[in-house]
Order: sequence, then structure tokens, then C-alpha cells
Amino acid sequence: MQRRHFLGVSLAITLAGMTNTALAQSEIKIGEINSYSLLPAFTEPYRKGWQLAVEEINASGGINGKKLVVVSKDDGGKPADAQTAANELVSSENVAMLAGTFLSNIGLAVSDFANQKKIFFLAAEPLTDAITWAKGNRYTFRLRPSNYMQAAMLAEAAAKLPAKRWATIAPNYEYGQSAVAVFKKLMSEKRPDIQWVDEQWPPFGKIDAGPVVQALAQANPEAILNVTFGADLVKFVREGNTRGLFKDRTVVSFLTGEPEYLDPLKEETPEGWIVTGYPWYSIKTPEHDAFLKAYQAKYNDYPRLGSIVGYQTIKSAAAILAKANSTDPEKLIAATEGLSVASPFGEITFRKIDHQSTLGAFVGKTALKDGKGVMVDAVYKKGSDYLPSDAEVEKLRPKD
Amino acid sequence: MAFYIVQFLTGLASAASLFLVASGLSIIFGVTRIVNFAHGAFYMLGAYVAFTLTDRFSGALGFWGGIVVAALIIAAVGVLVEMALLRRIYHSPELFQLLATFGLTLMVEDLVVLIWGPSELLGRRAPGFKGAVDFFGQNIPSYDLFLIALGPIVLGILWLLFQRTRWGVLVRAATQDRDMVAALGVNQKWLFTSVFAVGVFLAALGGALQIPRDAVHHAMDLRIIVDVFVVVVIGGLGSIIGAFVAAVLVSELNAFGILIFPKISIILVFLVMAAVLIVRPWGLFGKQEGPARRTPGLTVNPWRTLTSGERLAATAALIIAAALPLFSGNYALTIGSEIAIFVIFAASLHFLMAVGGLASFGHAAYFGLGAYGVAFLAKMAGLPMIVSLLLGPLLGCLGAAVFGFFAVQLSGVYFAMLTLAFAQIVWSIAFQWVTVTGGDNGILGVWPEKWAASPSHFYWLSLGIAALMVVGLRIVVFSPFGFALRATRDSPLRSEAIGIDGKRIQWTAFVIAGTVAGVAGALFAYLKGSVFPDSLGISLSVDALVMVLLGGVETISGAVVGAIVYKALNIWLVSQTDLSKLVLGAFIVLIVVAFPKGIVGMLETIRNRRRSASAKSALLASPIETAE
Amino acid sequence: MSMVPTLLSVEGLSKSYGGVHAVRGVSFELKAGEILALIGPNGAGKSTCFDMLNGQKDPDSGRIKLLGEDTAGRPPRAICRLGVGRTFQITATFPTMTVRENVQVALVSYRGQLFNLWSSTPWFEQGEAGRLLELVGMGGYADRPCGELAYGDLKRLELAVALANQPKLLLMDEPTAGMAPRERIELMRLTARIAREQSIGVLFTEHDMDVVFEHADRILVLNRGSLIAEGSPEQVRGNREVRAVYLGEGLVYDARHRKGLSV
Repeated sequence: MQRRHFLGVSLAITLAGMTNTALAQSEIKIGEINSYSLLPAFTEPYRKGWQLAVEEINASGGINGKKLVVVSKDDGGKPADAQTAANELVSSENVAMLAGTFLSNIGLAVSDFANQKKIFFLAAEPLTDAITWAKGNRYTFRLRPSNYMQAAMLAEAAAKLPAKRWATIAPNYEYGQSAVAVFKKLMSEKRPDIQWVDEQWPPFGKIDAGPVVQALAQANPEAILNVTFGADLVKFVREGNTRGLFKDRTVVSFLTGEPEYLDPLKEETPEGWIVTGYPWYSIKTPEHDAFLKAYQAKYNDYPRLGSIVGYQTIKSAAAILAKANSTDPEKLIAATEGLSVASPFGEITFRKIDHQSTLGAFVGKTALKDGKGVMVDAVYKKGSDYLPSDAEVEKLRPKD
Repeated sequence: MAFYIVQFLTGLASAASLFLVASGLSIIFGVTRIVNFAHGAFYMLGAYVAFTLTDRFSGALGFWGGIVVAALIIAAVGVLVEMALLRRIYHSPELFQLLATFGLTLMVEDLVVLIWGPSELLGRRAPGFKGAVDFFGQNIPSYDLFLIALGPIVLGILWLLFQRTRWGVLVRAATQDRDMVAALGVNQKWLFTSVFAVGVFLAALGGALQIPRDAVHHAMDLRIIVDVFVVVVIGGLGSIIGAFVAAVLVSELNAFGILIFPKISIILVFLVMAAVLIVRPWGLFGKQEGPARRTPGLTVNPWRTLTSGERLAATAALIIAAALPLFSGNYALTIGSEIAIFVIFAASLHFLMAVGGLASFGHAAYFGLGAYGVAFLAKMAGLPMIVSLLLGPLLGCLGAAVFGFFAVQLSGVYFAMLTLAFAQIVWSIAFQWVTVTGGDNGILGVWPEKWAASPSHFYWLSLGIAALMVVGLRIVVFSPFGFALRATRDSPLRSEAIGIDGKRIQWTAFVIAGTVAGVAGALFAYLKGSVFPDSLGISLSVDALVMVLLGGVETISGAVVGAIVYKALNIWLVSQTDLSKLVLGAFIVLIVVAFPKGIVGMLETIRNRRRSASAKSALLASPIETAE
Repeated sequence: MSMVPTLLSVEGLSKSYGGVHAVRGVSFELKAGEILALIGPNGAGKSTCFDMLNGQKDPDSGRIKLLGEDTAGRPPRAICRLGVGRTFQITATFPTMTVRENVQVALVSYRGQLFNLWSSTPWFEQGEAGRLLELVGMGGYADRPCGELAYGDLKRLELAVALANQPKLLLMDEPTAGMAPRERIELMRLTARIAREQSIGVLFTEHDMDVVFEHADRILVLNRGSLIAEGSPEQVRGNREVRAVYLGEGLVYDARHRKGLSV
């Protein structure tokens, strides 16, 4: 479980490898992969989350008496490197399962690897619908609510708006494209009267915000769908604020309520955006309180959504391993299909039909409080309510 | 109408930011001929330091003072870098400085996260320029107006500096002929240092001025560096006015392009650069470059074929490598396969770079095309693995034939940048054409067939093909064609005079290199079981450059050694630490300083030194034959 | 004389740059085995003339007939293939190859083997390469790195390279520039000997009048782009116009008188 920062330490660990074999009988290893060096803003809280989970699990006796060990690897944000890491974890570390990943293409790469090598894989963060549907496979499960689910949650709220003229802005890659496509499809079903008046596709990470904002304003939409995030979002918001793009317009925005994306906006946070996210400060449930208390006690910091995902990934993995009481992939799959586990957001279930968990998200509005962005009027939306019918899912997912 | 004017002004504001950074890069290149990859890193550092200073010191003075002081601090850092690092390697082979600055960039990317944390930082808005100005119902941020004014002011100051000061005259003279300036008794060292400082200052200032409208984060450098290179090349290397015009051109085309094609931004600058370079090979305001710098005394050792002893050693090394499956696990074998594949890739670039003298910055295009070729054949046409492996690289060959034809019309950095443009165009097609290529989600399920599926079998396959390719390229190096290629590189004048059609020779070499890279890509697709646009990306092209330079560009076996060392180290570091970029960057910088000719180049120097010690005595003993 | 074939005939060759006539209506002929010097003060148009003959520049008007073919506008490599060898004012060789390999590349090109990917060049035509090096007195240097050669030796090597394609005509631009006086004479003697033995025509430009008057069979004098005189060394030396515009008083070299002093 130890994240090795220093080569010296890791060397020592490698040298001590012989003793590991002796220990192997009394421990269970999970191989974890994420884009630690490329996306530290998201993966640092994520790591803290899963480290907390490991600590809790081992403090309460491990998995059926065995100690849980997480071996964590960086993928540098490259699918090919993620596969190298997956290979190392499986071939050298003999992990019982793979878990993690943030970017969609890396999630897909590892999922395909898992399918080929017949290894159990619990995808933590990737959002692409393909991972459970079009390119789904029996070895892969996914925790976080998918692109489709988030779009459905937002579309539900957006359809109630009076706005008829809509414009979209999304990063120009698969995630942005499919988010826009799904949102448009769901909206058009609910509101046939809607017109799509403009779309902007800045390159991911390289938005030239001025011209983009000006072009959007020129189309004069009544509402805007935003899929940009991270540095692009900051630039977009700042430019939009200065140029008055958001004045008298509603913005519906993917993920913007997650602290990872909302906090950097500080006093420039636009108010009244309808967003999905994680308002850790206003969730008052016993499950979440317990998590929050433990997290703050350990790290003296507040959790981000990544913390929840990291925490729940390992908690779920532990539940799977405990139920299967084996490291055989087939038994792990059998144990996971239909498994219900507790989470800080309440109980979630890993669906048998498409291996998607029913973890949901909060939908609310952005607001500015004491120079900081917050989510207000947030309501938890259960994942199970925002998935298509079983018949549709069966059409979307190839047969195993 | 008001909208178009505002859109135009918005484009100008973007251009101003771009110009500041680009002008610095252009000045540095013009005088020192350093392809300063770290320019983006200095830009980013400027933004970070300015963030800290403006956050710390309030008021208008705190803000503007903070911006300028940040740029000065980073310029001082630049001076340190120049004196401690670059000065040692001015006499190394061209592009070696690129390797050094690339190492620095890697280090800086990790360092800023260690110092400032991983989250995006929101800088202060500029005092007095917080709002927008109303223009017939359209809003123009007043900060944009400030930037629009700043661009020409900086241009004017630079012009005065170059035209009206002694320093400027020297810099201009050095841009045209560095040896002449040295002959004038000017202290070249300090001239270079001061030029580097000015260039870095401009980069850092450009970064610092972004804080009121951008987020400060650890990937800012990559976001700007390629665009800035492109702008400098479009404008013409070393031309400040060219950089300005190019920045305006690119920014305006983008501002208006997105109104018609909203997805154009991702590829626009590269399309413009490719078009400009094909029509005007030296950029809009550039002049034909003088012959590439060759440092006397460095290249006097002609390449020779292996002695029988060396041949034996190479065979023994291959046999040992082939025996790896006997004593190591599956993971090591998969790594072995990956390294073998990168040996092929590096060797192919080396052939183009070292033998042909054509340093491609976009060699990954042909690697990736080979990979996609295999993926198309295996997944869509359902062809067997052997057939896919044989035919897949043809896509790389085809790409190289088309792009190579245009690329070889240029030379030097212009050649490098045109290859980069082509690679980026191919990349963005793979990235955007989701229905065919799957976009960034790639093509999955390209796994090897049963006979090659086990790690040991695939390892032997990769190793075998790698050996075949390396030996094959070596044969070509010593073939008449290889000599004709070297002749074209050494002296275009002489080779033309003895009847060699240099462009055709180079084009053929480009196609050979592209095809071999395609072979590497084809194997890579099967190794990973999938293909992603990454395989065509800039970072892979840079990796290949680093491997060749690390091994030693003036040696024949440098690519093999460079690929093994770099790839193995990279995989190991990524596996062992989150700070792999810091460690790898530091390692590269160390190598550059310790072995300025690359690893193999260094070994050869040591060997030659020993040999010449014994040869000298032999020479003295025998009477020297004179020409009489 | 009429039995000796004409190698090169130039008619009305002209070239101007932005209104300045660099070369104006130059016509002359060169026969096999003849050594022809092209002289003139700086800026007279020698280089431009030379560049047009070897294909580096296209003439505005006029005809260049080389071995019966009109070569105006053809690239240097095409002219080389017709049987022209070339040396440069500043030597152009391949510094990363050995001396022998420099000659071998030229032989590769001559034999049409440029796209041969298989043979080993170091073994290619070793005998012929050795013969050419012996011819210019560089036999003992064959395995030396070209980058280590002294300047005079580079000039010889260039001559060997220029001879590799069995040329009928040698174009030599300032063949002795940058050499010590003794080396100059030696190099030109060598060139002249080879030219006479193999009946090669030689056209060269030169600043050193010792070299010109000792070795040239005929001399062409250019001034401001036009030919002002043509003839044997004696005729040119005696030409009043040449004296006036180019040689000037006191600058008339008599090679035979000077020789004793300079050697």
C-alpha cells in the first residue's frame, strides 16, 4: 500500500522482495493505476481516499483475516504506459485485481488488457460510456456515474428551464463529444422545441477563450451547456465573466460542482450554474459524516470527489474480495455482479447487466460564498434512476 | 459589424501573448542556434512566480511590480541555466541543446507541483483592467486592449534595442555570422548569455501577463511551447517582425476560423505552418539558412564497419538477449519486447537524423501510422497477424512517401518543423475521426494470435525483427545508397557536382525510415493490443529524438544504446516514483553535461584516445608519405 | 586543330541581376585537351559565368553547348553526368568519410549505383579509387579521415573526386586559392599533366597570374561582364586594353622571371 516516493526506498523494497513471497500467504494485493504525475490535482485526493480505505480495512481485520495491500502505479497519462503498469502488477506483483484509472482512454486500455489477460478490473473514474456498454467486457466493472448518467441528471434539470436556444462548448475529444451528444439526445427527447444555435470545440487544455466566448455570445443563446473542465474551465469562466457571457443566461455544466474544478475558480465562480458535483460541506448523512470525520482527522484537509472515488474503489474491492473469498477472476466477477456495498453516498449496487455501479452524483447550483465557489440546493441523484432500460442496455453492450 | 471588429481585437490580444513568448524564442534561436525546448517552462515559471508575488503584495504596484520582478527573477534563472548548462554544450552536435532543454522542462514540470501544489491557481486580475469596454453592444475586456497595445510596444522596444544599441548590432551580426562576431573580438560567451536572458525574460513576462486571464498550472508549458515554435517558424527563424506577423496571422485565423469550423483550433496552426513552409521554405520573413554548423574536430572519425571481434560481440549480445526468457518472468519479457520495439523506432529515426542529417520532429507519425495500419487490417479487415504485420507498416511507408516529398525540400529546423506539422495533422485526424479511428479512445482488441501471444514468443518475435531491422539499416548505411545519403548531408554542393540528386536520395531515406518506424508501430499495436492517437503524438516523437541524442547522433549504434537506456530507465522510473519526470530530466541533464557526444559517442572518444596514443608513436616511426 | 573536337561552345551568354549586367554576351569555345583560363578583376563576372556553365545559375539568354548538348538551365548533377568534373574555390569534400571513400562515392554515382542498398561501399571499386588517388599523389592517404587533411591535400583529393567520372571537361573555380605558392604550382602542374595525358579540357578561373601564364594555353579576359580579350598568354600580355583595365602597370607578371623568386 505504501506509495513509494523515493527510489532508495523502492530499491530496498525490491531487494526485500524475497521476504514478500513468505508474506504473500497472509496478504491480498490490489494493483492500482492512475495518472498521478499528469493529473495530480485530481489524483492526490483520490490517493488519500484509497489510503484511508486501506487503513480502515486493515484496522478492522483485513479481508477475511488477510492484510490488504495496494500496489500503486503511475501511468503518466498514457494508455500504453498504463498497460505496462498493468502488466507489471499482474505479472510481477501477482495482484488479485486491477483498479483505478482516471482518463477514459486509459480506462479502456486497461479494460481491454483485463479482458485479454482475464484479470478482474474495477475502473474507478473514467466516464466514457463505452467502458460498460459499447466496449464493455465481463472482467470490467465501473464505479463512478458514467457520462450518460451525468448527462441524464443534468438534462432532467435543464429540460425544466424555459430556454429554447442552446449553445454548447466542450473540449474537442471523445469525452466532450459524447457528453454533448448524449445531452443533446436526451434534451431533444424531452424538449422537441429546442434549437441548437452554436457549438464550440476548443482543443482540450488549449482553449483560446476570448474568441470562443465572443463567438458563443454572438449566437445569442438562452442557455449554454458546458463540458470544459480544469484549466480550460477557469479560462472560459474568467473570459465569460469579463465579457458578460453568463449574464441572463443559464449554464448547465458537467462536473463543475466537484471541488476539484469549483475551488480554483475562487471569487470568479459564476452563480446559478446547474452542475453535477460533490458539496461535501452540505451533505448530512451518517455515512458521509463518518467518512468526512475520518478523512479530515487523517489529512487535515477536506475531501474532493476524487477522495470519495478512491475511498469507495478500495472499499468496494475489499467487499468483492471478501465475498468471493478467492482471487479467482471468475469468482470475483460472480461476487461483484449484483453486489451491494455501503458508500459515503449510501448503498450502491454493481449491476449484473452492464457492470456499472449505481453510485450517483449531486446536482445543484453554483453560488459564491465568502469569495469561494459552493454548490447550493444540492440533491443527491441515485445512479440507478438515470440509466436506460435493461432492454436498451442489452442492445448497447456486446454479449460476453 | 461590431462583432467582427471585436472578434478581430480579441484575436489581436491572443496574438500579443503569443508574440511575447515567440519573440524570445526567436531571438535565442537566431543567435545561439539553440532550439530551446525549455522556453515553455520559463513561460510557466514566470506565471507561477508572478502569481506568488502578486498574491503577496497588494495594490497596483504589487501587481505590476510583481509581474516585472517575476520576469526578472526567471531571466536570472535563465542566466544560471545558460552559464551552468548550455555553455558546456554549444560545441556539441546540433540539437544536443534540445535534449538538455527537454530535460530541464521535465524537471520543471514536477518541480512546480512540488512547490506550488497540484491545483490550478487563480491569479489576481490586473488593477485598472478588470472590466470590459462596451463597443456597440459588444464587450471587450480592457485587459485585452492593454495586451493589444503591449504587443506593438514590445515589438518597438525590441526594434530599438536591435537597431540603436551596440548590443543590438552585435546580436544582429551574430545572427548572420557568429564566427565573424567572434573574430571582431566580442566576448561571445556574454553575448550569448545576455541574449538568452532577454529571451527568457520575454517568455517569463508572457507567462506572468497571463495570470489575470488564465489559470496557473503545471501543464501550461506544453500548452504553449509547440504553438510558439510554430509561430516562430511561420514568421521565419530569428525574425522578430516575422514572429509578430505570424502571431497575428495564426490568432486571427483561429478567431475567425472557429466561427465557420468550430473544431479547427486543434489543427489550425499546423495547417498554416505546413502551407507556409511549402510555399515559403524559410517562413514569411526568414532568410535561407547558412550551412548547418559543423564543429571542426568532432566528425573526423569516419564510420567503419564492425571488426570481426565486434561482430562476434554483437552476436553474443543478441544470443544473450534471446536467452532472456530462460531466466526471467513475463513482465521482464514484455518490457524486453517494448524496448526491442523502441530500438527499431530509434534506429529508424537515427537513420534519417544521423545518416541523412535530417532531424525529424514528427517521426512518431510513421510509427503511429504503422500501428493504425495494423489495427485497421486486423480489426476491420480481419486479416491474420502475419499479414497485418507485413502490410501494416505500408501505411507508414505511404505517409512517409507523401509527407517526405515535401519535407525534404527543406532543411535544418524548417525540415524539423514541417515534419512536426505533418505529424500533428495526422494526429488530429486520428484524434477527430472518431468513426474510423475511435478518436482518443483508440482501437482496442488488436491482440496477437496464439502463436505469438505468450510473452516469450512475442519477445522473440520483437527481438528478431529488431535485430533484422538494425542489421538491415546498418547494411544500408554502408551501402552505396548510404554513402550517397551521407554525401548529401556532408556537402550538398559536392554531392550535386558528382551527379547525386540529393532530394531524391533524401526522399528515399525518408521513406525507408518511415517504413521501419511503421514496422515498430505495427509490433507496438500487437504488444499493447490497442492503438491510441498517442502513438502519433509529439511526446513520442520527442522520445525518439531523445533516444538518438542520448545514444550519440554521430555514432551508428547510438540509437540502439540510447533506446535501451532511455526506455528501460523510463519504464523503471514511472513504475517506481511519481516524480519520474524530475528524475529522468535530471538524468538527461547530467548525461548531456557528462557525455556531450552521447553515451556511445563518449565510449568511442575514450577508445579513440587510447588508439591514437598508440597510433601516434606508430606514425612517428614511419616516414610520412608526402604528396610529391 | 580542326581535328580536335570542341567540348564546350558558349554563345552570347548573358545574365543580369536587377538591371546590373553581370555577364554580357560572352562567347568562346574550348577544345579537348586545351587549358583555358578565365581571368578578370573582381566583379568582372567570372563567378557568374562559371555558375552558369556548371548549372548553378540559369542564364538569361545565350547558349551553352557542352559535348553537343544544350545544357543551359540543367542542374549541376545533369551536367556532371555529361562528363564534367568540378572543383570549388573553397574545397567541397565529405569530411566524415575517409579519403578513399570520398572517391568511392563519386564512383558509385558514376556507375549508377546510387540506389544500391546492398553492396558494401568500402569495398566498392577499391582498385579504381586507389588508382585515382595515386594519380593525384594521395595514394598514401587513402585511409585517412578526410576531415584531418591539410588544405593542399584537400585540393588534390577534390581533383581525384572530379576525375572519378572520367570527365571530358574539368571546371575549376580558383583551383589554387588559399594555397601556399609552391603548392599552387604543383597542383597546376599535376592538373595540366593529367589534362594532356587524358585529353581533358580544362576551364579555370584564377587570381594568381603566375599560375595563369604558366599553364593556360589560352586566356579569356572578362571585364564588367564582357570579354575584352582572348588569346595565348603572349597575346593577352601584350594587349593594351587588358593592361589598362586589368593588369595595370607594374602588375604584369612574367611567370618566367618571377618563378625563381617565388619558389
